[in-house]
Amino acid sequence: MQTHRAKRVEITIESVMQSRLTDALQTADVTGYTILPVLGGSGRSGEWSRSGQVSRAGGMVQVICIIRAERLDALLDAAFAVVDRHIGVVCVTDCDVLRAERF
Amino acid sequence: MYESLSLAADNLLSPIVLSFALGLAAALARSDLSIPEAAAKALSIYLLFAIGFKGGVSVSDHGVDIHLGAALLAGIILSASLPLLAFALLRMMSGMDRLNAAAVAGHYGSISIVTFVAATSVLESRGIAAEGYMVAVAAAMEAPAILSALWLISRGEGPGRMDATLWREILLNGSIVLLVGAFFIGWITGPEGLAEISSFIVSPFKGVLCLFLLDMGLVAGRGLRQGRGVLGVGAVGFGLVMPVLGGLVGLGAALLIGVSTGGAMLMMVLAASASYIAVPAAMRVALPEANPSIYLTLSLGVTFPFNLTLGLPLYLALAQMATGG
Repeated sequence: MQTHRAKRVEITIESVMQSRLTDALQTADVTGYTILPVLGGSGRSGEWSRSGQVSRAGGMVQVICIIRAERLDALLDAAFAVVDRHIGVVCVTDCDVLRAERF
Repeated sequence: MYESLSLAADNLLSPIVLSFALGLAAALARSDLSIPEAAAKALSIYLLFAIGFKGGVSVSDHGVDIHLGAALLAGIILSASLPLLAFALLRMMSGMDRLNAAAVAGHYGSISIVTFVAATSVLESRGIAAEGYMVAVAAAMEAPAILSALWLISRGEGPGRMDATLWREILLNGSIVLLVGAFFIGWITGPEGLAEISSFIVSPFKGVLCLFLLDMGLVAGRGLRQGRGVLGVGAVGFGLVMPVLGGLVGLGAALLIGVSTGGAMLMMVLAASASYIAVPAAMRVALPEANPSIYLTLSLGVTFPFNLTLGLPLYLALAQMATGG
């Protein structure tokens, strides 16, 4: 089956920053993304876990976007403006998609 | 004196405190006991709705008087000014840097709604009435402390940021919306409304509170485990001294307003408690450089257990002494 090259951007960020990040992505015309809850983890700022959290302050989410390579810089600029001062991870990988017109 | 000690012993052996102790011990012992996020959220929604509703019913039952406005104003002033006291005390006791001290101070001006809920439960179990509008005072005290913390940072050319989105998030924080919304529903529907749903929001209340405090114990225990080494002796001392000082300031405000014994205790609890829901979220947005392990461990791991176990009976005894109740 014919596939097409695309970029997969995974942004793991604090829950409290989620709406700011997705607003910035929308402003940069990145309208397709998926938000996943993060069960828990550990990083330079210590451990976190979703269990028992009544506040969003301690949780993390992952925002995943798949876009064409030529749109990557605009996405990263928009994302970086939001996540710059915050803990989190931004990761870009190559991927293949079936329907290129959707990205 | 004997009565105060008996009150403290009763409180320590109450199902609420023992549930918290169980959660704390389980987390410190690295048990896999956990309350799922969605369940914790549901428990907190129930508690906020119930406490807001019952406060509104109380206001509907007893009417509104000048004390309501005075209590709201006092709450706002307390919330805005307590961070200044906390900031100075923390810097003096621990030598903590300005950024983290300001972030911590913001937590101590704001309130812990769970401590407030536990305090109302203590009052109910002893048949002591309190002004229903204290729920509204609790809601009013959430936000001003955050502004004071950011002001403390801005004085030191720090990086604190406050924008329209953060304002909206703080003022329309889900906890505040639910608490105030339920308060108005209770106020509008009155005792008749309460009678309709009392089997849901009155009878199961303490049981749900026990489960929620079990979860709080787990969260506090995990925080203490992970935050080990983050806090020095001075900072831990601050976490124990500040609630008592805040409580005394709150008592002074309550006496000025002229509220009942129960109302004075609740005002003390509001002034003595430290936030771990609204303020940490705001600090993560506005002051991401501040270390969350410090403020969360202090607020949730030191001050919250202190208030729950020793603070509540202490504040009640002081409120009874001061008001003659």
